Parts: sequence; C-alpha cells; structure tokens
Amino acid sequence: MKTFEYVIKDKEGIHARPAGVVVKAAKDFESDITIENKGKSVNCKGIFAVMSLAAKCGETIIVRAEGRDEDKALEAVKQAVETNL
Amino acid sequence: MITKNGKGVFGGIAFGKIHIFSDHIDVKKYFTSDTAKEKERFERACNKAFDETISLMEKTKEDVGKKEAEIFEIHSMMIRDEEYVSAVESRIEGGINAEAAVKETGDEFAEKFLSLEDSYMKQRAADVIDISERIIKALMGKSLNAKDLKEKTIVVAHDLTPSQTVQLREGNISGFITEGGSGNSHTAILARTMNLPAVIGVKGIMDEAYEGIDAAIDGSSGTIYIAPNNTTMKRLEDKKIKSDGEKELLQKYKGVKTVTKSGKEIMLYANISNMADLDMVLANDAEGIGLFRTEFIFMESRTFPSEEEQFEIYKRAAEKMGGRRVIIRTLDIGADKKVDYFDIPEEENPAMGFRAIRICLERTNIFKVQLKAILRASAFGKVAIMFPMICTLEELRKAKSILNEVKLELDFAGIKYDRNIEVGIMVETPAAAIISDILAQECDFFSIGTNDLTQYTLAVDRQNSKVNSQFDTHHESILRLIRITAENAKKEGIWTGICGELGADESLTEKFIKWGVDELSVSPVYVLSLRKKITELYV
Repeated sequence: MKTFEYVIKDKEGIHARPAGVVVKAAKDFESDITIENKGKSVNCKGIFAVMSLAAKCGETIIVRAEGRDEDKALEAVKQAVETNL
Repeated sequence: MITKNGKGVFGGIAFGKIHIFSDHIDVKKYFTSDTAKEKERFERACNKAFDETISLMEKTKEDVGKKEAEIFEIHSMMIRDEEYVSAVESRIEGGINAEAAVKETGDEFAEKFLSLEDSYMKQRAADVIDISERIIKALMGKSLNAKDLKEKTIVVAHDLTPSQTVQLREGNISGFITEGGSGNSHTAILARTMNLPAVIGVKGIMDEAYEGIDAAIDGSSGTIYIAPNNTTMKRLEDKKIKSDGEKELLQKYKGVKTVTKSGKEIMLYANISNMADLDMVLANDAEGIGLFRTEFIFMESRTFPSEEEQFEIYKRAAEKMGGRRVIIRTLDIGADKKVDYFDIPEEENPAMGFRAIRICLERTNIFKVQLKAILRASAFGKVAIMFPMICTLEELRKAKSILNEVKLELDFAGIKYDRNIEVGIMVETPAAAIISDILAQECDFFSIGTNDLTQYTLAVDRQNSKVNSQFDTHHESILRLIRITAENAKKEGIWTGICGELGADESLTEKFIKWGVDELSVSPVYVLSLRKKITELYV
C-alpha cells in the first residue's frame, strides 16, 4: 500500500471542481484508492464521497492506494491533488 | 380566441401548437416484482442523462466558457457515481419502480449535503436534485427532446434554463412564450440566435389547458393568440408573409460588401453586451465589433474580476472574430449601471457624477488590470481600446499614459501584445464633440455614443419617464454635434463611428455618410437591414 499526506492550500477546500479532477485521476486505475480527512475515509473514485468530506483549507488529507498499479495510481492522484488543492 | 400580452423580444409571426415545458414532475411510487426490467430502464435513463449532460457541457464550453461548463462535467460524474447507482439499484431490488428509487436516492444524497456545515457544500444538494430529475425525466419520457417534436411547436415555459435552451436548438420550433424572463434572459438570446419570434412575461400562460392548442405569436407587438379565429389568422398570415419575405430578402446581404452605390465603403459593425451576442454578430455577418461593453463581466461577478478571467473573455472574442476589429470599451460603470463591490457612495446626480473613465482614472488599480487583459488579448486578433465619457484632453492623456505604463509592464515581463493597438474615445459628451478637433490629434478614432450625447446635450434624463418625450435624438443640436465630430476627425485623418442607437436609424444613414461617418455599429439584428440600406444609397 502506498500513502501520502497533504495539507489543503486552496482557500475553498475540496469543492466541486477539484473533487472532479481528483476523482477523474483516480478512476483510471485498478487499485483501491481512498482519501481520508478528519478520521473519515472514503472511496477516492466517487464524486459524492470525495465531496462529502467537505475538507477545508489547512486540513490534512491522507490518500492511500492498494493494488497492482498502486505506484502509478498514487502518483496520478498526488499530482491532481497538488495542482488543484 | 384568447388574447394575451407580454413583451416581444424578437419580431415576426409564428404559428404552432402550444407545448408546455414544465419543470414540475410528479413521481409516482408503485411496487413491482420485475426488478430486472426496472434496472434496465434505470440504466438506459442514466445513459441518456449522461449523454445529455456531456453535450450540454460541450455546448456550454463553446458558447459560454470552460469555467461555466465545469458544473456539467461534475454532473456527468455524479450520474456515473457507483455509490449513487448502487443506492438506486438496491431500492429497485426492494421492489419499487425506477422513478421512485431515483427520487428517494436523490433526496437522501441531497440531505447528506444539506447536513454539512459548509455553505458551499449545502448548495451542492441542488446538483444532486438536478441530476436525479434529469434521470427521472429520461425514465418518464419527459425529457425535453426537441428533435421528437412532430408538428410546428410553440414552446411555452416559465423561463428557459440554459440546459433547455441548448436542447431546443435542433427542434421543430416556431416560437417561444415565457411567463417570466427579461430581455437579457436565455429565452431572448435563444430567440434572436434562432431567428424566431418570442414573447416574454405573459401571465397565466403555463395553464395545462393550453397544451396542444393552436396558437399564434406576434413577436413585434408582443401579443399571443390562443385558438385564433379566422379573421385573426388571415391578418397574421398576411403579416407573416410580409415579414418573412423581408427576413429572407435580407439573407441575401450576407457576405455582401457594405458599399454605397457611389462606391463609398462603410464599416458595418455590431455592439455586444455579453458573450452570447458573439454568435449573433457572426450569424448576421457584422464586419467587426464596434462596441464591446465590458460591464457584464463586472456585473455578473461578486468581486473584481481577475486579469486572467478578463483576458480569457477578450481573447475568446478576438479569436472568434478572426481578423475583424474588436473595439473593447473600458469599464463604463456608474450612473444606471451599479456594482455593489465598487462601493461608490450614493450620489444626487449619478449621470453627472463619479462614473466610467472618472472612476478608472482615480482607481487605477482596477483600470490597469483591465488594460492588461485587453492588451494581452490583442496578440490574438485585431483589438482596439476605447475610453468612455471623455470630456477633456487631460483625461485622454492620463488614460493613455496609464495604458503606456501597462505596456511597459508587459514589455518587462516579456508578454506579447499588439504594439500598434488603436486607441479611440467615445464622443458622448457635448464637451468632447465641441473639442473634437483637439482630441482627434491624440487618438486613433472616435465612436459617437448618441444616447448619452442626447441626454447631456438636451439635459434630459434617459431614465426619467416624465421627460421621455423630450429625449429627441433627432434634435438639430445632436445632429450638428455628430457632424462637427465627423468633420474634425476627417481633418485630422482619423475615422469616426456611431455606436449609439441612432446608428441603426435608417432615416439618418444618408446624412451620416455624407458628413463623413466611416463606421456604424448597431445591434446584431439590425446589421443586414442596414447593409441593404447603405448599398442602395448614392453618397
């Protein structure tokens, strides 16, 4: 399993647009990918799930990927997170 | 026969059967054991809703902008969300019909968003409801599929939403009636773009009793006739033949050069107030944009629009117009156009107060952001800058020196722009017209704004209905000021245009051209008829 942590810098937090970008990035992979905020962990491939985190600026999120293509998956999600949040 | 009145937003006569598009959907819940069939219906409805959403996204991206289209992309992801789909499916497995399963799931998900503390996320509940309704409509066969309309149809709605207007473009539609809406609403824009008669603000038209009934619209008078009698039909048919004939005749003037019979070429441009008007400009074959009102960017925003946002808009206009000239007027806020975040104190007499260039010269930070965005866009087409409300030479010089500062900043940053960008002014105060000989030496063109020029010359408030009858744009004083301006421009070798409403007044066209006016900029819908007029003149 691969993991990375990130502190949200975007003032609006995970709102619809960045959530969409992150979900799109995760969907391309076979691995199970989750995203966690404030102790709640959800499926990173679901738009409703990611939005329901309502993660705000300054909060930490943890992304985990597990599966055959976990390295590539984590890298892709990381990039989406870093450039959009 | 029932007659109703509203406001005509696009002229012409239309006949057709009334079809009411209502957003209200009544979902019935019933029990069914045919789970496989319901699941299949749901899947098909999802595919349909998904396709609709994607085409909406593409259409919006093209017509309005990438940013506005993003919400439809999110919608498409919601429709395909596993959690959502499986929640609906498990309800179907519980033995209920697909419509009710979607409705209950949508409500449940919306409730989740509403329970979040974040006010932004609370609003997302509306998105869930929106996609659920789209799927339900697809299930019930109620989705607004204009392609399926067999007979000529007059579309009746409360007010058409952007998603509906996009879908309506390809249907068998003869006209529009709405109960609400303003002249700038999507309905009005759609009607003008599709060249179809439309009447808005018709009270009580959403009555189900009118569904499928023959009706007629007179878009020029704003009257609608439900089940019109024979005499009315005959009268309207005659009128339609005449107006259609005129419309069709005008189509011949597309692609024709705007030249008088004596060989004088006139630049025939169009005015735009928002990006949707751009399509109209192209559809009516205007040769350029003579007045790009930038206020909408500020009025539609809740805070000062950024350089990037403005740049994207100007660039899109420049690119869409190809090599044709796009004259961007800098911010003309104040007087009747108010924007809250500018924090301009109440004034006794705003038309003569702190407005337009006066604001820009004092609050130069706002002005510079706009100028930078315009200059950057000039690298993507033929862009010109125009300053509004100029009264003195000092104002023009000051505005130009700020423009030069911005140019230097761009040079320093190595950003490209058109170094020979034209700089012109609006001549809309008597002061500017009277000293036009002096102003002409320091700018590249004039554009006469006849509405404000009339208001200031005759001391008649445009907004005051009490003195409306004195708002005489044909007053000798106005005509003289236009003539002086055009003649002074000629002497200094610059060109003059008219971008106010008077530009479309065909009773004056001959005079304007005789006096040396080189450009006329009018509402896109008037371009072809004005071209016809000009090509018939011997001046």
